[in-house]
Amino acid sequence: MPKSVLIFMFVGLLNIAPAPADDRNPFAGDAQAAKAGEYEFRINCALCHGLGAHGGGRGPDLTRAQKKHAHSDGELFQVISNGIPGTVMPANGTNGQGVGMTDEEIWQIITYIRSVEVKAPAHPVGDPAHGKQLFYGDANCSLCHMVEGKGGRVGPDLTGVGGSRTRDAIIDSVRNPSRRLAWGLTESTKEFPQEYETIAVVTAEGKEIKGVALNEDNFSVQMIDSSEQIYLLDKDKLRSFKKSRESLMPVYKPDTLSDKDLDDIVAFLTSVGTR
Amino acid sequence: MRAQRAGVRKPFPILFLLVSFFSIASPARSQVTFDRLLNSAKEPQNWLTYSGDYAGRRFTPLDQINTTNVRSLSARWVYQTGATGKLETTPLVVDGILYATAQDDRAFALDARTGRPIWMYQHPLPADIRPCCGHVNRGLAILGDKVFLGTLDAHVIALDTKTGNVIWDVVAADYRTGYSFTVAPLAIKNLVVIGVSGGEYGIRGFIDAYDAATGERKWRFYTVPGPGEPGHDSWEKDSWKVGGAPAWNTGTYDAATNQILWPTGNPSPSNRGEGRAGDNLYSNTLLALNADSGTLNWYFQFTKHDEHDWDATQVPVILDSGNKHLIAQANRNGFFYVLDRSTGKLVSASAYGKTTWSSGKDSEGRPIAKKEASPTLEGHTVCPGALGTTNFMAPTYDPQTSLFYVTARDQCDIFSTAPQPYEAGHAYYGSAYFPSEEAEPYRGFLKAIDPASGEIKWTFEHTSPTWSGVLSTAGGLVFTGDAEGNFIALEAVAGKPLWHFQMGGAVYAAPMAFAVDGKQYVAIAAGSAVYAFALP
Repeated sequence: MPKSVLIFMFVGLLNIAPAPADDRNPFAGDAQAAKAGEYEFRINCALCHGLGAHGGGRGPDLTRAQKKHAHSDGELFQVISNGIPGTVMPANGTNGQGVGMTDEEIWQIITYIRSVEVKAPAHPVGDPAHGKQLFYGDANCSLCHMVEGKGGRVGPDLTGVGGSRTRDAIIDSVRNPSRRLAWGLTESTKEFPQEYETIAVVTAEGKEIKGVALNEDNFSVQMIDSSEQIYLLDKDKLRSFKKSRESLMPVYKPDTLSDKDLDDIVAFLTSVGTR
Repeated sequence: MRAQRAGVRKPFPILFLLVSFFSIASPARSQVTFDRLLNSAKEPQNWLTYSGDYAGRRFTPLDQINTTNVRSLSARWVYQTGATGKLETTPLVVDGILYATAQDDRAFALDARTGRPIWMYQHPLPADIRPCCGHVNRGLAILGDKVFLGTLDAHVIALDTKTGNVIWDVVAADYRTGYSFTVAPLAIKNLVVIGVSGGEYGIRGFIDAYDAATGERKWRFYTVPGPGEPGHDSWEKDSWKVGGAPAWNTGTYDAATNQILWPTGNPSPSNRGEGRAGDNLYSNTLLALNADSGTLNWYFQFTKHDEHDWDATQVPVILDSGNKHLIAQANRNGFFYVLDRSTGKLVSASAYGKTTWSSGKDSEGRPIAKKEASPTLEGHTVCPGALGTTNFMAPTYDPQTSLFYVTARDQCDIFSTAPQPYEAGHAYYGSAYFPSEEAEPYRGFLKAIDPASGEIKWTFEHTSPTWSGVLSTAGGLVFTGDAEGNFIALEAVAGKPLWHFQMGGAVYAAPMAFAVDGKQYVAIAAGSAVYAFALP
């Protein structure tokens, strides 16, 4: 989705959603409210953001003082209330499985998040300039991944990943790409997003195609191969259809990509993703 | 904070449509009497209760659409509700008019041949309602000249079938302390029976019966017994006051014994047993209540002292095998139970999905929980996960194949628990749960179970788990929907998919069937719309 559309949607949302009467947190610094917020966090947020707000597999680490989508308490309130369009962060009470939160509970959650935040290290790990060189050069990341409109299309766009994933999660996804497949298309009414599963098919004509799923249902599959060709296929017309959770992304071991170089790449992604 | 929706607040009859409808369609019959509800099989063109009959079978005797012609099935109309979120409704159809609900307590009547609306109603909801799991509603009950709606702010409302005008509106409980209605009520004799939602909030659950004519409450059965009542000692200290045990899915009715068979949900807090030592009656229980008085005849508790949110609210299905009068339920805890419906005695319990919580059975044959299945502070993996092997999705029983069809999921979760004080109106789980990374990816299925043996006769695997219910038909078909938006017809005998249609939105509802002017339709809600299909 183009960024301009996202911004338009977000602004549009803010226009129709009533803002809290006061965007100051009435519980700021209140330890009791932070405790109540922790209960609420466990129920409403921990599924993606992890126990202790350290980030789960899917949601960012909220103990990081610098956040991508909200800085002030008032902005955090808006994000929790309305969700973040174009991401899997749902609006309050709309994810269909949990309960909704009152304004008071949202402020308590914000108080809790503030209570567990840690300041970023004075000297961030890694050299983002070198990381950028590696990303577009020797590490071959950009063959499959885009950052800010430059790069390949077979893997997920990594422009925002430095803001939405923890450092550990990014490193893990490079070292063990199959352990947790990235999420792709999210449909508004569907419980689970499409994952970057590997698809290998043989067409009726005998053509072998290997790539990743853009989407799939019981009867059809939409996929892209390493040459960035999109294929729209009916399963019942295929000679064979194989789906695997073994990622198409190669495993980067320390002998191919050193810990230091990986830190530099993460620093590059973080510098872009938290901008 | 939710944006207020500009909904239709007032019903508006469109009289000229009604007039033209009756001039074309067969003339409307008399009102829907209890006798008609009892004998729903005699009018297969109509769908008179949530499950299509009092037995909970969701089976249609219509066979115009069958295994040989289903490939020609096509969409006849689509009705856009304008609602967002999960659309869980099962429509009713009476003499050519379809009645259904949508999110935020919308109700509407359509010309069942064309999908054109006759009236629409939306209950004005307070801004501060916070029902669990979406602003959903699963449907209406009908009796006489009224349809009955339970609302998210815990009202029970009777609407006029011809206009949608409010005939009566009664408040059952205080929504601010977590009570709500999402269930399709069940009309029995002169009563409207309805069970409450709110197991996430530490409510004290109940099942109510209202006089259909006046809205006067005739009886209430508290699903958590009070002091002095049998079962009260299954709760530690004052934990019964916030014990949960909601009753948020539609039960069934056995006319032969005049019993309402209604299932209940989790004890509160859902994932913390500490502080509520005991079996926690009547949570996760099938209740057999006298329909006239609401008094308890017998009960069967599926999961005692539940700590995993395994509501037993799945539709219990009445079936007979030889001279055995049975009731079967595919339970959220992963076991398929068959009981004697006269006595409540367990006949069999067999796993129909991935379960790790039980390694043995008690003297009655009931699966019992392993001690180590209890949630811990750090959390550990248990199967099924918090959403269960199945959930609210309606199953079906096909008397032609003698098979029970149910939507199932294999998903394991990490269950964590932590102390949490009760505060009225605030979510009260005592827990958190997470997808388990060590476990296999989630898988979703349609399973055909033989109730006589508990054996799974066939399995159809979905691309991802679905929340769709299932319909079986005399045409040898079962219909279900998937999370990817497909409506699918499968052979009832073998599970082979024969037809599908992409509806453009995930399915959280259950299909039903009806006929008008001799043409059979199959209908289902998906995305934000209701779809009806028929042969060309």
